[in-house]
Formats: sequence, structure tokens, C-alpha cells
Amino acid sequence: MFNHLLSLLIWLPVVGAVPVLLAGSGRPSLARWLALAVAVLTFAVSLFLIPQYHLDGAVMQLGEDHLWIASLGVHYGLAVDGISVALILLTTFVTILVVVGAWEVIQDKPHQYMAAMLVLEGLMIGVFCATDALLFYVFFEAMLIPMFILIGIWGGPRRVYATIKFFIYTFLGSIFMLIGLIYLYQKAGTFDLHTLAALPLSMTEQTWLFFAFLLAFAVKVPMVPVHTWLPDAHVEAPTGGSVVLAAVMLKIGGYGFLRFSLPITPDAAAHFAPLVIVLSLIAVVYIGYVALVQDDMKKLVAYSSVAHMGFVTLGIFIAFMLVRDAGNLDAAKLGMQGAMVQMISHGFVSGAMFSCIGVLYDRLHTRQIKDYGGVINVMPWFGFFYVLFAMANSGLPGTSGFVGEFMVVLASFTANPWIALFAAFTLIIGAAYTLWMVKRVLWGDITNPHVAEMKEINGRETFVLAAFAAAVLALGIWPQPLIHLMDHSVAQLVQQLAVHKI
Amino acid sequence: MELSTAILLTIPLAPLVGCLLAGFFGKFIGRAGAHSVTILGLLVACGLSFYVLYQITMGGAPVYNHNLYTWFEIGKFSASVGFLIDRLTAMMMVVVTFVSLLVHVYTIGYMADDPGYQRFFSYISLFTFSMLMLVMSNNFMQLFFGWEAVGLVSYLLIGFWYKRPTAIFANLKAFLVNRVGDFGFLLGISAVLYFLGTLDYATAFAGADSLVGKTLTITQGMHWDAPTVICVLLFIGAMGKSAQVPLHVWLPDSMEGPTPISALIHAATMVTAGIFMVARMSPLYELSGSALSFVMVIGATGALFTGLIGIVQNDIKRVVAYSTLSQLGYMTVALGVSAYSGAVYHLMTHAFFKALLFLGAGSVIIAMHHEQDMRYMGGLRKYMPITWITMWIGSLALCGVPFFSGFYSKDAIIEAVGESHRWGAHYAYFCVMAGALVTALYTFRQMYLTFHGKERFTVKAHHGHGHDAHHDDHHDDHGHHEPGVLEHAPTESPWVVTLPLVLLAIPSLLVGIFTVGPMLFGGWFGQAIHVDEANNVLGEMAGDFHGAMAMALHGFTQLPFFLVLTGFAIQTYIYLFNPALAGRIKSALKPLWTVLDRKYWVDDVYFAVFARGGVKLGRLFWKAGDAAVIDGAMVNGSASLVQKIAAAMRRLQSGYLYHYAFAMILGLILLLGGFWLVGH
Repeated sequence: MFNHLLSLLIWLPVVGAVPVLLAGSGRPSLARWLALAVAVLTFAVSLFLIPQYHLDGAVMQLGEDHLWIASLGVHYGLAVDGISVALILLTTFVTILVVVGAWEVIQDKPHQYMAAMLVLEGLMIGVFCATDALLFYVFFEAMLIPMFILIGIWGGPRRVYATIKFFIYTFLGSIFMLIGLIYLYQKAGTFDLHTLAALPLSMTEQTWLFFAFLLAFAVKVPMVPVHTWLPDAHVEAPTGGSVVLAAVMLKIGGYGFLRFSLPITPDAAAHFAPLVIVLSLIAVVYIGYVALVQDDMKKLVAYSSVAHMGFVTLGIFIAFMLVRDAGNLDAAKLGMQGAMVQMISHGFVSGAMFSCIGVLYDRLHTRQIKDYGGVINVMPWFGFFYVLFAMANSGLPGTSGFVGEFMVVLASFTANPWIALFAAFTLIIGAAYTLWMVKRVLWGDITNPHVAEMKEINGRETFVLAAFAAAVLALGIWPQPLIHLMDHSVAQLVQQLAVHKI
Repeated sequence: MELSTAILLTIPLAPLVGCLLAGFFGKFIGRAGAHSVTILGLLVACGLSFYVLYQITMGGAPVYNHNLYTWFEIGKFSASVGFLIDRLTAMMMVVVTFVSLLVHVYTIGYMADDPGYQRFFSYISLFTFSMLMLVMSNNFMQLFFGWEAVGLVSYLLIGFWYKRPTAIFANLKAFLVNRVGDFGFLLGISAVLYFLGTLDYATAFAGADSLVGKTLTITQGMHWDAPTVICVLLFIGAMGKSAQVPLHVWLPDSMEGPTPISALIHAATMVTAGIFMVARMSPLYELSGSALSFVMVIGATGALFTGLIGIVQNDIKRVVAYSTLSQLGYMTVALGVSAYSGAVYHLMTHAFFKALLFLGAGSVIIAMHHEQDMRYMGGLRKYMPITWITMWIGSLALCGVPFFSGFYSKDAIIEAVGESHRWGAHYAYFCVMAGALVTALYTFRQMYLTFHGKERFTVKAHHGHGHDAHHDDHHDDHGHHEPGVLEHAPTESPWVVTLPLVLLAIPSLLVGIFTVGPMLFGGWFGQAIHVDEANNVLGEMAGDFHGAMAMALHGFTQLPFFLVLTGFAIQTYIYLFNPALAGRIKSALKPLWTVLDRKYWVDDVYFAVFARGGVKLGRLFWKAGDAAVIDGAMVNGSASLVQKIAAAMRRLQSGYLYHYAFAMILGLILLLGGFWLVGH
């Protein structure tokens, strides 16, 4: 089993989706339980990654390699490093919560919903495992399909606009990546990422490739100014779709930078690092202000996602400045680790925030902030979780939201105090938009009579929120195990940054 | 003998356990259960804190500095969770747990009828845990954790009565203003890591001298002195937490919270975290005279100008709140003249007498059925003698009357400022001196309005049966009654309320006499506080110190005492003999009164610029940036461009044969014409 652990992780949920689908709309309960069984089993299998991945061994481990398309030299190549392991665990963890979260909420074709969710899980795990660029690309694109279906079928009233926008946006980005990959294939004769990393490339080539990759991943993250698909997609998506989108899919953008931009085009990436850093800071400050004035809770959290993901790109690209300009490898590692921790943390926090909004939406069928007010009067336990996650979203120490941002700000200051100044602005604006929302939704007296009829969260909802809460607190109180898991891989990446290709 | 880690760990964890039990199992264990477990936790923490203080001062225990676990470790950078227990920490632990314990007991009486009883106990125990983590920390990361965690609890407690619009406005305001300070604080921590390569106190302080001569490049050709940058940034954090001008605006509004937390958080402990932090960082601050001047000027401004606002307040709690702002200013001035021990000493005495004044005000509020306006009080001394006497003790301590504890700390600060030669010391000296008069003015006004003079309230006559049982004490229903009309005559509060008053009155009266010698002049803090020889104003003053008695007797001949006496005389004349005069002065000085009543318009400006301005800016960004440019022009614009081109192309396919034939002929002519042109 351990020889094919990664394949098992990818295909278990995909194959497991088949019986879920076969359960049909006539047996929704069977479909739900089957889906939960598959999700739990996948999570259980993913836990084997922890003992199987040796922290002091080679960076890429648990490799599998089979020739897939002989004529093009495409391999079915899988392997993981510490960063992938962390992201896979995040994916399998979140999927369980999404399945549980959708339990009674999705009444229309639940078997299809659950099946789409499981397929999506498998494909996302595939993205985190692929060592062949074309295989990565296949997973990267294929994963759009279940998400497209999730938003398109179970979405809100403007779901058609949102799905098309979502699809074209991301597809437009990745088509440039495909062109880049074809160019690289012509030059190297392989899609193997390890070989491509060692491929010497001129600055002009690197520049073109860098922007091709940047487009693909910037849309995914998303970075300003290609972020506008995200609020629309979130608003129209069902709760589970939003949770997966925010918690895992956005991370694939950040992950792509690590796997493609950094190793293949290090010199161009270093040269254009200031551009990405400026865009990241715009995400923190500008998007922070935009989030402040949103009337729709989901839009607000979607914009807050853009702002928080700004720390991921900032942390990754600040590492270039630190390595190349200052030769400060330790600070670069600090920034890079901060970015990685921020990815995992944002997975928990945004997933939890969207779950909370889902809980409210299921009761009142509106996401407009003005329709709420005084929810704490009728739902005190919900209020506890909501405040906890809001605080995590505001980066309160002791929650996971603080760890990554803290590390990125510390590293940024070493590169340039001005960068740290703008990044640290999130302390103010992040708290402002999050807690202002909390004030208008949770606190106060009840003004809308429908709010008075809202029911306290049930056992199932409590389970979902408590699981997120446990993760948010555990990571906030003791981040070192996660950092230790990724330490070797981050060190390796930072080493690569220092190597010039020209 | 070295302190045991288990004991030290128990001190913060005991209140945390109490918090979790009261919070999560509040319904299950009931009201008595909730206050029992939290008070038990506090008893353990307080008892052990006294033990630790004893061990550190008398028992010969060495300074404890150990990490408990590694929070992160990346290359040469690391952060841990750990404790540094020296005399400064031990003193803070005792102050925090002692006041917190008394506040817990007091709460049993104050919150007796509140539906959120268990939740309240859970919060104040969580606060105690957070505050202990802050003061016991041995590194900047954990300091920041405690720093923000107390901010969170403050947020929760200011908004404790979450149905009140004013309360949930005040808690958001408090959190955000504090975040402005934390913004500077986080950058300060980043600067420490950048220049000193560590987040650990001991390592950072040991390497502090290496900062001298280092600079931070701001722009090309502009370099800032490293110690100044670090110290000013860290102090911005203190300005938020300790409510220094211009980040002071949140503290008066925080009075929306229940009175016990005003005493615990917004007077005795949390707001003094900034003072503690600067004292803790004294090895860094000693490197930058400019930063200390900055600290001193900010503190002095607050000491005088916020005190002035206190004179025109009518809400009993607000007077105490402005008094707290002013006293925090005094502590900050002391930090600014390198009299760190003086600041921390005033922190301690202030914790006792200010907690006493707040709890006393709370006792009055209970008696008045949650009326806080002093215009409807008066003559309460005969109804509540214990509250009356203890509050007088607190007030005299606050004014710095010789022999009271406040005298020793405050007089020392004023004198230290007078001795200092730092830039701006003259201004600061004027402020703290004038502040002594101001303190007397608002304090005696408050005492007279509350306890003396005519009763300005009436007690409703009882009609019929059943009225006695109607005990209108629900805090949520606050403010629906007619002002100045009480259901029952005011009575002295129950023992759970008066006992803490008495237990706080004792140190307010006596702690100065017994501790001033060692703590202020005897170098009691040892290595915990570092002062350069050249800046050591307290050291110079120590030469003239001949015991607590002599100092107090000397105090009777000094200017601050005469200023207090002047204030006392003015207010005694006005409020006991000629009450109409107050109104006449008010109308004579109408412009000045308006300035003070509007709080110098600082709140209004902030709200207009930052709150409304921020929302306006957000809307502009959203509508102009995201909606118009990105989505309108770029995304949907390119989509509609494709659509337009397609529509134009579609028109070509009209289906009429003669259109196509015409096009073919046109094409043929153009083609032939083209060939002909090329041929020539």
C-alpha cells in the first residue's frame, strides 16, 4: 500500500465517487453515508503520510513513476515534499467537513453533489502530488470541471455568470501556462519538473515563461488585478463549494509558484519580485478597503481571502529579495515559511468563515449583513465560533491567522521596512472589516423578527465548526510541528533561489 | 532555590481552567459553580504569586528564565513560550492576581442579577490568564500574544451588554484604536528581530549595546537611529494599550462595560501593560534620549489635558476614567525621565487606589439602581458609610496627600521630572505640576457631588403590596427609569462588595509607607530595570531620602501639596457652601467648557476622518477600481467587445444572394486593383 500511497490518495475519492453516484437520487441517505465513508477513509489514508514521510530524508518522497504517453514522454509521476503533505492533509480534512456540512443542506441531487466533491478532492490531491508538468496541468484543469458543476447546479441566482466568469478567467490564465510548458518541452524533451528546474534558460526566455506562469497562478491565488472572479464565484457557490474554493483551490496558485516559477524561472522571478510584492501589498491595503464596504457577507470574506492570500505571494517573493539582495537565507526561509503557514491557516480560517455564513444562510436565506443583527441573542454557541474565527481572520495571536502574517511581516522588515509597514496595515484594516461585520451581524438587539426565530446550531454544525476551531487554535498555539514538517522543503526551495540559471 | 516550573505554570493556567469551566459548562455548574471555580482558580494563582514574590525577594530564589516549548524555529530565528520571573514580574503578578481576585469577589454582588453571570466570570478569568502570560513572558512573541489577548477580552467585556448600541460601538472602537497601536508595536518587534536577531528578552538586552551607531535606511540619504526607531515603534504599542494621547480615545468609551472590569482592566492592570512593557525594555530605551523625550512629552500632555476633561464630566465612572488617563500620563512621564521604578511604583499604588475608586463608584451605582449621573446623587454618605470612607481614602491617595500611598509614587514622579535635564522636561514639569491641581479639582468635585451636600434624588413612595418584590436590577433594562427617582432608598452594598473595598483601602493607605524606601530608592528591582548612570534621577533623589516619614512631612511644605490644597479649598467652597457658583462659572467660561465637553473634538475628527473616510475610500476603490475598471472595462469589456465584433460579423450573413454577389464583385475589383497597383 505504501508504494502507491499517493495514487491511492488520488484515486480513492475519485473511484469512491462512483458508488455515491450510483446510489442515485432515490437513496440520498445512502449517498451521504457512502460519501462520508469515502472522505473519512481518504483522510485516514492521508494520515499515513505523516509516518511515511521522513523529515530528514530526501526532499521528494513516496515517488511513483510510470510512462503515460510514450510519444510525448509524459510520465505519470508523483512525489511529495513537506509542503505537499501539509496541503494534502488540509484537503482531506476539509473534505470531510464539507461533506458533513452539506448533509441536510443539499436536498437537490445530493448524490451528485457528494460525488462531485469527492472527485474534486482526488484531483486536488493530484495537483499536489504531480511531478510531471503535463500531469500537473491535467489535474489543474480537470479540477475546474467539478467546481464548475458545483457552482453551476447548486449555485445562487447569478450562477451562470459566475461560473462562466470563473471558468474563462482561470482557463485564460492556464492556457498561457500550457504554451509555456510546450515551449519547455520542445527545449528539454520532457515534462519532468525536476529536469525542467535544471534547464538553463536565457533571461528573455525566463521572462516570457515567468509571465505565462504568473498569469496562470495569479488568477488562481487570486492576485490583484485578476481577482474579480472570486467574489462572484463565492457569492453564487453553495457553502461547500465556497469552503473548498477558499480553503484548498486558492492554495494551488501559491503552490504553483513554488513548483514552477521558482525553480524554472528563478532569475526572471527575482527580477520581477518587486512587481509581485507591490501587487501583494495592494492586495492587503486596497482590497482591505474594498472588503470594508461590502454588504454581502460572502463577498466580504471573499475579498478578505484576497487580502490574506497577499501574504502568501508576499512571503514567497520577499524571499527572492532577501536571498538575492541581502544574502539572508534565514530571513528568506522565515518569509517562505510564513507564506506556507498562511496558506494552511487560511484554509482553516476561510473554510470556517464560509461555514459560518452557510449556517446563517441556511436559516435566513440571505447573506446581506443588514438583514442580521443580534444573532448572539438566539445563537450563543454559534456566536462563540463566529467570534473565534473572526478573531483568527483578524490575525489574533493564539489563532492560526497570526502565525503566517507575523512571520511574513518579520521577514519583510528585514528586506525593507516600508514593505513591512504596508503589510502590517492588515492589523488595522483586517480587524476593521471583520469586526465591523461581527458587530452588525452578531451583536446588538434583534431588529429583524426572522432573526428571533433562528435556531441554535445543531450537533452536525457544531461538529464542523468545532473541528475548524480545533485546527485554528492548535496551529495558533503550537505551529512548530507544521513548520518542522515543511522545514526541509522550504530550505531546499530557498537554496534554489540562490542559483542563477544564466 | 530555583522556582519550580510547575508552580509558575499553575499560576496562569489555574484562571484559564476556571475560565473554561465557567464558560463551557456554565449552565451545568450554575451561578454558584461558576463563581466558585473561577475564584478558586484565582485564589490558587494569587497565593502562588505571593509565594513567588516571597521566594524572589526573601527566599533567595534566582531569576527564572526558561522556555517551555518552541513556538517556531527557522534557521537562526526562533520564538518560544517561556517565563522570565524577576522582581518586576513578581510584583506585577501579585498586583494582577490580587486585584483580580478582589474583583471576582466583588462581581458576585455587582452582577448578581445579570443573565450573563457565568459568561462574565469566564471572561474575567480569561483576562487574568492573558495578563499573566503578558507579564510573565520572556520574549517578544509571547508578549504580543498576551498584549492582543487582553485586547480581545477587553473587547468582549466592553461589549458585554451586547444589546446596547453604545457598548458595541465602544468595543469596536477600543479594538481598532488598540490595533493602531499594535501596528506600531508589531513593527517595533520586527525591528528588534532585524537589528538584534532575536525575540528573546535576555539575548536582546545583552546585545542592546550593539545598536548604538546603527541606522535604518528610510529613503536614500535618510537614516534613522536604530534604538530610536525601535523604542518609538514599541512605544506606539504602549500608546494604544495604555491610552496615551493621541490614542486615548477608546478608554472613556470603555466605561460601557460593567464596572468590575473598568476597575480590573481599564484601571488597574491592562492599561498599565504599556508602562510595564517600557519598564521591561529599559535596556533599550536607555539607548535613545530622543525616544524618551517623545515618551515624556506624550505622557505629560495626557497627564494634564485629559485630566482637565475629567472636571466637566457628570458620569461618575467617566470622572474616574479621565482620572485614569491622567494618571497613566504620570506613569509615562516617569518612564520618559528614566524613572522606570517610579513609573512601575505608581503603577502599583495606582492599581490599588484606582481599583478602589472604580469599585466604590460601582457600589454607588448599585445603590442608585444603575444611575451613573452625579447630578442625581448627593448626600450618600449617610446611606453607605463604608463606601464613603473607603472612597475618601482612595481619593486622597489619588491626589497625593502625604502619607497616602499615592503621595509617595506621585510626588517622586513630579520631583524626578523636575530633576531631569531631558529635552522637553520643562514642559513636562509644568504639566505634571498643573496636573496635581487638576486632579484635586475633579476628585473633590466627584466626592462632594456623590456623597455630600443635598440629596438630588427622590425615593418613590410605596403604594400597595408586591412592589417590594419588584427588584428592578436587570442591567439590560438600564436607563428606562426617570432620572433622579429611585424605587428604594439607597443602602450600603452587600459584604461581597464592601469587603474588596476595605481590602483595597488598606494598601491604598499603607503600601507607600512600607515600600517606598526599598522599591523607589533602594534598587529593589535589581537587574530587571536598567538605568544609565547619567540618567538616574531617582538615584540622585535617593541621597535626599531619609525615610518614608520624613518624605511625607517634607511633602507638606512642597508645591504639589499646596496645589492639592487649593483644589480642595475651591471645590469645598463651591460644592458645600455655594452650589450655584458651579453653574455661574460654567456659563462664564462657556467656550472653555465646550472645548472640554467636546473632548477637544478629537473623537469627532477621528470618526469623520478614519471611520467615515475609510468607508468612503473603500467605496471609491470598490466602485471605481473593481467594478468600473477591472470588471467593467477589462473583464466584461473584453467580453462585450467580442460580442460586438461577432454582431457586426453576423450582419454580413444577411442571406440575400445579391448581397453576396455584390461582395464578390467588390472583392474581385479590389483584388484586381491590387494586382494592377503592384504590377506598376
